[in-house]
Amino acid sequence: MWGAVIGASVLAFAFKYIGQSIPQSLLANPRIARIADLIPTALLAGLVAVQTFAEKTTLVVDQRLAGLAVAAIALSLRANFLVMLIAATGTSALLHRL
Amino acid sequence: MSRAVIRDSLSISIAVGTYGAAFGVASIAAGLSVVQTCALSLLLFSGASQFAVAGVIGAGGSALSAIAASGLLALRNGFYGARMAPLLKVRGLKRILASQITIDESTAIALAHESKSESDARTGFWLTGGGIYLFWNLATLIGALGANALGDPAKWGLDATIPAAFLGLLWPRLTSASSKIVAVAAVALALLLTPLLTPGLPIIACALIPLIVGWRVRS
Repeated sequence: MWGAVIGASVLAFAFKYIGQSIPQSLLANPRIARIADLIPTALLAGLVAVQTFAEKTTLVVDQRLAGLAVAAIALSLRANFLVMLIAATGTSALLHRL
Repeated sequence: MSRAVIRDSLSISIAVGTYGAAFGVASIAAGLSVVQTCALSLLLFSGASQFAVAGVIGAGGSALSAIAASGLLALRNGFYGARMAPLLKVRGLKRILASQITIDESTAIALAHESKSESDARTGFWLTGGGIYLFWNLATLIGALGANALGDPAKWGLDATIPAAFLGLLWPRLTSASSKIVAVAAVALALLLTPLLTPGLPIIACALIPLIVGWRVRS
């Protein structure tokens, strides 16, 4: 696990430092900027799906989905990030105990 | 230096910094140790990438998958750096420090003040980045120690914390039609590939969607 911790840290720092050090014009291409802007959206959406439904390599529906639904409601009501997380976590905990 | 930039920077530092507690909890729930969790906040210092490491490891993915998913999310920090460099004009050790705190919020504050005063923009960048670094790391430690003391993550509902955190990070990005298309396609692709590939890889495959959509769609 340390490999992942150190490897991810080194890679993130490399991107940050390279960005600070190269001419801005290199990244000014609108197509590249648009793709770069959409990559986090795609990865975060993929992570939401996998973290909610995956149990290793099988798909399951459990208390996590209820937690996510509550999170979505909280976000649509413009709840604060921590309030949203506590609501989602509490929902899952409650269902786990039923 | 205006008071507004100091007020903005400090309030966002405290508000965002406290989310570090959520990362601390999520990372412990994913099976990382307290020291590893704190190392991620100290060394990686980019929220979405840190959650990705915890998420992929927690789902049973390999270290390489965790690094790839985290790295793809960290790419955007490079773009922020390129945007900030002409404003900050720093070299040597200062550039190293500036790089480490080049994140969503420090860049956003600098951009918000840039048109009025470049010196305020620089102050905003350093104050926001430095402030979040401080509070984020303190909160990570508190969250990690707290979760460590609780025991079984599912019993406390912590299994729902990570997907909810990702949804919270995704939500403000769903502004344009193309971003919504990308998000829906990524959910479908990730679920489709989950039974077929090793954990971690379905998430990395989602990076192909922006390549296709971003190449073709005019924003």
